[in-house]
Amino acid sequence: MTLALSLNNIACEIDDRVLFSNLTVQFNSGDLVQIVGPNGAGKTTLLRILTGISSNYEGQLSWCGHPVPSYEFYSSLLYIGHLTGAKASLTPLENLSWYFGLNGSKAPGGDESVANAAAPITQASILQALEAVGLGGYENVPGFQMSAGQQRRIALARLYLSKAPLWILDEPFTAIDKLGVANLEKHFNKHREQGGIVILTTHQSLSYAEPKMVDLADYAGGELWGGER
Amino acid sequence: MSSPSGLPRLPGLIEAFNTTFKKEIIIGFRNRGDLANPLIFFLCIIVFVPLGISPDGKVLAGLAPGMIWIVALLATLLSLDRIFQSDFEDGSLEQMIVSGQSLYWMVIAKVLVHWFMTGLPLTLLAPLLGVMMSLPEEGYLPLMVSLFLGTGSLSLIGSIGAALTVALRRGGLLLSLIIMPLYVPVLIFGSAVVRNAIDNSPIAGQTAILGAFLILSLVLAPLAAAGALKISING
Repeated sequence: MTLALSLNNIACEIDDRVLFSNLTVQFNSGDLVQIVGPNGAGKTTLLRILTGISSNYEGQLSWCGHPVPSYEFYSSLLYIGHLTGAKASLTPLENLSWYFGLNGSKAPGGDESVANAAAPITQASILQALEAVGLGGYENVPGFQMSAGQQRRIALARLYLSKAPLWILDEPFTAIDKLGVANLEKHFNKHREQGGIVILTTHQSLSYAEPKMVDLADYAGGELWGGER
Repeated sequence: MSSPSGLPRLPGLIEAFNTTFKKEIIIGFRNRGDLANPLIFFLCIIVFVPLGISPDGKVLAGLAPGMIWIVALLATLLSLDRIFQSDFEDGSLEQMIVSGQSLYWMVIAKVLVHWFMTGLPLTLLAPLLGVMMSLPEEGYLPLMVSLFLGTGSLSLIGSIGAALTVALRRGGLLLSLIIMPLYVPVLIFGSAVVRNAIDNSPIAGQTAILGAFLILSLVLAPLAAAGALKISING
């Protein structure tokens, strides 16, 4: 089944300043989308709108025919924001157990085999994912004893466990080293080959993947600071 | 376990509730300083009262019910802002919203843990403070019962204020102003239970009203707090 997140005429205005308007675009299965734009263009704001956290916009959003936000949308979504939601007083193991306790594996059901759809997240699979993001051996170290990059990797480990088809990631490469970035890019590629959708913001250009670009500067309505672009 | 549309399904309510509860308990015990803070505040004030007012048992006995209740209320108020603060600051609150789970039940789980960490210890500590305030013998059990029911309401009502002010840099003052009037009925009936018990008057009525407050706030406060959290995070 093909998945689609469609944005119809999305416009956002903050404090009488139009961040973007007439944003009409559809993201389908297999898309890797990079949202670009200068600082202050509204990249994070757009992602918060797409995840249903912010309702400060005009226009229509839909996920496979369902409104956003809705149960159907959230059960397909994996979002890692600028603030990752990894608690500093918890260990990576506890952080991920909490996350997957709330979210489950989000494996698609429907025509897939039931056993596959209900595959639970076990402690062993969490350890495997921590290994994959380079946190092997750190599973019982509380977050506040880790570096900034390692703390972000706790959140990124979700990407290796969740079966959620739609990934929305705000600056996923912040504080991640070069090798880590390369691994992540390869992982994004794998996800889209499996029919998933990745929407991310970053100022780096991706070296392993060819993203579909959405430049918010093309949709800017009013005057951004600086004016020149 | 598949939805008709073929899209995934989320874990059930009970699992989400248990997960949140477990996480909050772990965090609560890991930050033991936060746990001790309101208790030490409670203890300090009650130790200072005989020193500052009068060591005379009769004077203290008259003050005891109201004093213990007021301090319990202030100790709860002191601890309120941390219910949602750290979740807001590290993005956990966003994650709770985008998980698609009912925020209502997650708020109940969080408030329950807050009560375990403040209201329950205050209730258990109260008899000791009763001794310091020369509370008459008949007052002990009613004091504990009233605090048990009352601090539950205090935590629940307080969660509304905590949710409303979570996005503010210095929300403490505003939080107190919002919550204080809502605490008044709980204080009136809570201390009345103890005072009546000392006077050998019936206390069933006031106790029942405290119980009713608890049920009412258990049903309505998480609803208000969940709504307030969504507004706070939206801004």
